[in-house]
Amino acid sequence: MNLAANLRVIGALGARSVKQTLRRPQLLAPIILIPSLLLAIQTSGVGRAVDLPDFPHVNGFLDFMLAGAMIQSTLLAGNSGGIALAVDIEMGFTDRLLAAPIPRFAIVLGRLAATAVLGAFSALWFLAVGLIFGAQIEEGVPGALLMVLFVTLSAVAFGGLGAAIALRTGRASVVQGLFPLVFVILFLSSAFFPDHLMLEPAATVARYNPLSFIVEGIRAPVISSLSARNLLEALGSITLIGAVSIWLSAIALRRRLRLGG
Amino acid sequence: MGWRADLDTIAALVRRAANELLRVPGAAIPGVLAPTIFFVGIVSVFGALTQLPGFGGTYQSFLLPISLMQGAGFTGAATGVNLARDIEQGWFDRLLVSPAPRPVLLAGLVISASLRSLIPTTVLLIVGFSLGVSWPGLGGLAIAVVIIMGMGTLAACWGTVLALRFKSQSAAPLMQMGMLVLIFTTTAYAPLALLTGWVHTVARFNPVTQIVETARQGFVGGVTWGDTWPGLLALAGLLALLSALALRGMRRTAF
Repeated sequence: MNLAANLRVIGALGARSVKQTLRRPQLLAPIILIPSLLLAIQTSGVGRAVDLPDFPHVNGFLDFMLAGAMIQSTLLAGNSGGIALAVDIEMGFTDRLLAAPIPRFAIVLGRLAATAVLGAFSALWFLAVGLIFGAQIEEGVPGALLMVLFVTLSAVAFGGLGAAIALRTGRASVVQGLFPLVFVILFLSSAFFPDHLMLEPAATVARYNPLSFIVEGIRAPVISSLSARNLLEALGSITLIGAVSIWLSAIALRRRLRLGG
Repeated sequence: MGWRADLDTIAALVRRAANELLRVPGAAIPGVLAPTIFFVGIVSVFGALTQLPGFGGTYQSFLLPISLMQGAGFTGAATGVNLARDIEQGWFDRLLVSPAPRPVLLAGLVISASLRSLIPTTVLLIVGFSLGVSWPGLGGLAIAVVIIMGMGTLAACWGTVLALRFKSQSAAPLMQMGMLVLIFTTTAYAPLALLTGWVHTVARFNPVTQIVETARQGFVGGVTWGDTWPGLLALAGLLALLSALALRGMRRTAF
């Protein structure tokens, strides 16, 4: 198949995955509903944290939390994508794709394309929510576009991890079971609070957690702390996670093909 | 049927629920794992909030009652999910055609949830005390346990209402989210004076705020009757409302 045909297959599989997510509330809720709810509750519940000494200068706690909600949404989008892929495997749909005259990598890339679309949607959703409720994007429209880009790329990186686990186990319940792990990773990063104000040992872990670098890259345009270092650390972390996750997906897919599902 | 037969039926339903835990040991894990992760995670992340005026003690002590209630909420919701499964598989129809009165069936469900809520409570108390939560005294602990069992019952009633309404396990997220929203729109993260925006307004009128404060009092200070009765009253009121709705759902359920 030529490149155009491959892209058409990836596009068709991606469109199917997006529709699948939009039609199943249990897949969409973790991406939009849960992070929105936590954002709303934590912004009001912990809003006075901005009065703490050493808290970064922000117009309000919502400004700080926006990046956390976005990254939480992308992590959960990756998990939801993994669940949907595992359901496809359980129902035999993936077997039919494997028997079809399409490249095998299109199965994973189609899913990742859908996760990217959902990531972009989530970024726009939280930008809209933030702006409606008074957040200020200090770096303006270019900053907002940069946030959408980072969130979309992060969704692909985390989606690859979900896909790898789905391909390796072939069981939706296993991928679903990783849901609490998403929150462990989030709590051990600077998604919800500045790492220097967190308690040990979480503060030390958060300082070196690649997720923190990504969050800071998304947050920087909002609170006007954008720098070349922020950008490079965020891009580097996304690239690292993305490369590892796609490599793991490829290994899992190859193993599934070798063992026959 | 006499009251002895009713008690036997309730005991049989409680034993059946306990059997699930014995035969599927992993069944209790989600109800334990999620609140434990949230407790340790939120304490690690927001622990510095105690530098703000208004906190009486460590953040661990302030937060633990919320996590205990969250554990009870998950456990109660699990009862709703199990009931939905029983409805889907037709087992609940067999209960409905039995001569057992509907309130007895409901009692069997909610008592098992109430007892089951002691599992996450025990784990969370161990984790909490090992992380420096203040000893609430026997009185404070007893009040907290009563409140937690009450919240487990409340969550089970909520889960039952939804299970009877939707008759599908796919209503599970609604069962869990409903309880989480109820618990987290209180003084969950900070005292009322430190809350801002809409949560401050909702927390003032949310009856669960009184329940939270009653469960929390021993962990952050002394136990007083003045801080106890509003929570017990709010819990009793919510239990009366939701159990009435659950019973209404049972009476309306055709088989």
